[in-house]
Amino acid sequence: MTTNDTTVEQAGFHHGIVPEVLHEDPASKPVKFYQVGSFAVGNRLLPLEVRSVQSDPNRTNALTSGHRACQGCGEALGARYALDAAMAAVDGQLVAVNATGCLEVFSTPYPETSWRVAWLHSLFGNAPAVASGVAAAYKAMGRSDVRVVAQGGDGGTVDIGFGCLSGMFERNDDVLYICYDNEAYMNTGIQRSGATPPAARTATTQAVGEDPGNTFGQGKDLPRIAMAHEIPYVATASVADLRDLEAKVRRAMSMRGARYIHVMVPCPLGWGTASSETLSVARLATQSGLFPVFEAEYGEVVASSPIRRQVPVEDYLKVQKRFAHLFAPTKRQDVIDRLQAQADRNIRRYNLLPTGAGTEGTV
Amino acid sequence: MRTQIEGSLAVAQAVAACRPQVICAYPISPQTHIVEGLSAIVKRGELTGCEYVNVESEFAAMSVAIGASAAGARSYTATASQGLLYMVEAVYNASGLGLPIVMTVANRAIGAPINIWNDHTDSMSQRDSGWIQLYAETNQEAADLHVQAFRIAEELSLPVMVCMDGFILTHAVEEVDVPEQADVDRFLPPFEPRQVLDPANPVSIGAMVGPEAFTEVRYLAHDRQMRALELIPQVAADFKEIFGRDSGGLVHTYLLDDAETVVIALGSVLGTIKDVVDERRARGEKIGVLGITSFRPFPLKAVEAAIGNAKRFICLEKAFSVGIGGIVASHVRMAMSSHPIKNYTVVAGLGGRPILKGSLHGLLDKAVTDSLEPLTFLDLDTDLVERELARTRAGGRSGPAAENMLRDLGASRVPTA
Repeated sequence: MTTNDTTVEQAGFHHGIVPEVLHEDPASKPVKFYQVGSFAVGNRLLPLEVRSVQSDPNRTNALTSGHRACQGCGEALGARYALDAAMAAVDGQLVAVNATGCLEVFSTPYPETSWRVAWLHSLFGNAPAVASGVAAAYKAMGRSDVRVVAQGGDGGTVDIGFGCLSGMFERNDDVLYICYDNEAYMNTGIQRSGATPPAARTATTQAVGEDPGNTFGQGKDLPRIAMAHEIPYVATASVADLRDLEAKVRRAMSMRGARYIHVMVPCPLGWGTASSETLSVARLATQSGLFPVFEAEYGEVVASSPIRRQVPVEDYLKVQKRFAHLFAPTKRQDVIDRLQAQADRNIRRYNLLPTGAGTEGTV
Repeated sequence: MRTQIEGSLAVAQAVAACRPQVICAYPISPQTHIVEGLSAIVKRGELTGCEYVNVESEFAAMSVAIGASAAGARSYTATASQGLLYMVEAVYNASGLGLPIVMTVANRAIGAPINIWNDHTDSMSQRDSGWIQLYAETNQEAADLHVQAFRIAEELSLPVMVCMDGFILTHAVEEVDVPEQADVDRFLPPFEPRQVLDPANPVSIGAMVGPEAFTEVRYLAHDRQMRALELIPQVAADFKEIFGRDSGGLVHTYLLDDAETVVIALGSVLGTIKDVVDERRARGEKIGVLGITSFRPFPLKAVEAAIGNAKRFICLEKAFSVGIGGIVASHVRMAMSSHPIKNYTVVAGLGGRPILKGSLHGLLDKAVTDSLEPLTFLDLDTDLVERELARTRAGGRSGPAAENMLRDLGASRVPTA
């Protein structure tokens, strides 16, 4: 990567060629408005006009209250922020298409709906194609103002919906697809998906036998596969940094063509974490390097969010019951080391620890 | 305008005249010429306000059509055979959502063994999918049915499948009076969707429905098909008023007034059957033909009214339900349940096997004397079957049946010295 922006570089926030729009975004400003002792963003410290979409009393509430997600659901949180940001970015001219999954089921139990946007659910594996159809229809009708977002979980995205997603990317259809990745099929009862990490316990990769949990050497890195399509925009984000998620959705909606955002959304039920720990475990994922947060344009990484205070992957693993078999009855240091090696590779690949980064504050 | 034209191109021009706004295409024989024709029409700029989307699978084709239709665009796709089966989940979803998509099925066999030629196994497998199914007898009717299909679909908010025999119709060049744009515009009003994804009036479509209302949703799907039984003949009558042709409707009757024997079929084979019936009529036999155009909804009353005075019917079917037999025949028996008559199922034309007049005469000779088996496979090569059965009876690894029989056929063609 090359560096061409000393202000941003000095701030240690973004590294590399920073898209112009990010300079305008408060989350990207070289201002440390994080609260001391935590990584929570101090939105109230900012002037009104640059506060988050979510703090706007006139926000859409795209996914409004009363839905039936579990307590502490990362997907509900991510979807609410993402769609509110998208609605704000396109002046409410939005249609959302949803794959089958938790998000669809908990938001629309007949005869109720939590969606305050035009919303369509068709099937598990076809959300990208349905969204392409909606986009084609509005294009045919001369309504370039109406924009389309498709969304689904990791199963609906990296596995069963992958063919349609790749087709949508390849045609460069004018759709933003958002994957809420909780690393397994949670809606059906926590089964392994192509996004389940190695060693994780799921109902179909159980914590039994000589090598408990999911197998090493498998799985898909969908952001990188998306980049290989050379579409205009690919980004990863996490519910650990919701201002960053909002900024990336806004950035995506400022572009045309196929765009992809992959959001890390912990699942308390599937991961075996307390409902109150969703954000902190998501933060451990990014701060360990296991989940790299970056942006790419036309197949090339243009920015990444440096680790602010590096933690060993062990800190991330030990708070989750799905990895409990790595710590008892005997500690599997060999497995932990292999996962650490994955994190180290991400840190190298996305330059997550530029000089001076990684030692800030406490988690 | 009457012109010598390939069936597929006539259909492409008829569909284009309906001003579809989104066309999604994935190629599969024998549907290809239809979507190729439409591609050229859109690319030349002759059909404005239309997006032509080259998708990556039939599953995506139907899914794009679902999204487009739900956004309020008139949507069309075409498929056949394996392609229809590959999109089945979305086919059911389109009807469940009540989206008025029109799809051509260029009827083709289903593998294994893989076979690209015509029969009705593909569309018959979707008879319970909730789609209206119309079967074209000729290329003229195939072109006309598409124009009617959009009107029926949009009035009922239900998808319509227009079935036309692969190759026999799709690739046949004959005279067709292709529906003219001005006439189609008079016949088919612009699409006004019942439900639409509109940011100005946001609704949720596709919610999860539990036991409390699922039966009611399914009942209403049936109710709409029952209303189609009234609408389909009305649309055919309106069509005749503008275009001056009899096309579509529920059934076509031929020489049925005094018929004691009725041959029933769907699609292009009706032409051959009518020729055979003409020859038998010339000999004084009281025989007629019933062509079923609307297979879904199935016109029980129209069928009963058409053949009520006959002594027997023969269903000539290009598909069958493995393990029981005739599909169409079981429907016709239901239509005749108040006064059952003798009936026979003849499975014919599977995987493109020609249905020959001589074979039809042979089976009708038996049928009119009621000496035909209840279920017959026309021109079945019993010798070939017996040889394979002998192999399997011998036990052990007898090998793949299809390849064994092909080897037998090849060996039988080797000239003897």
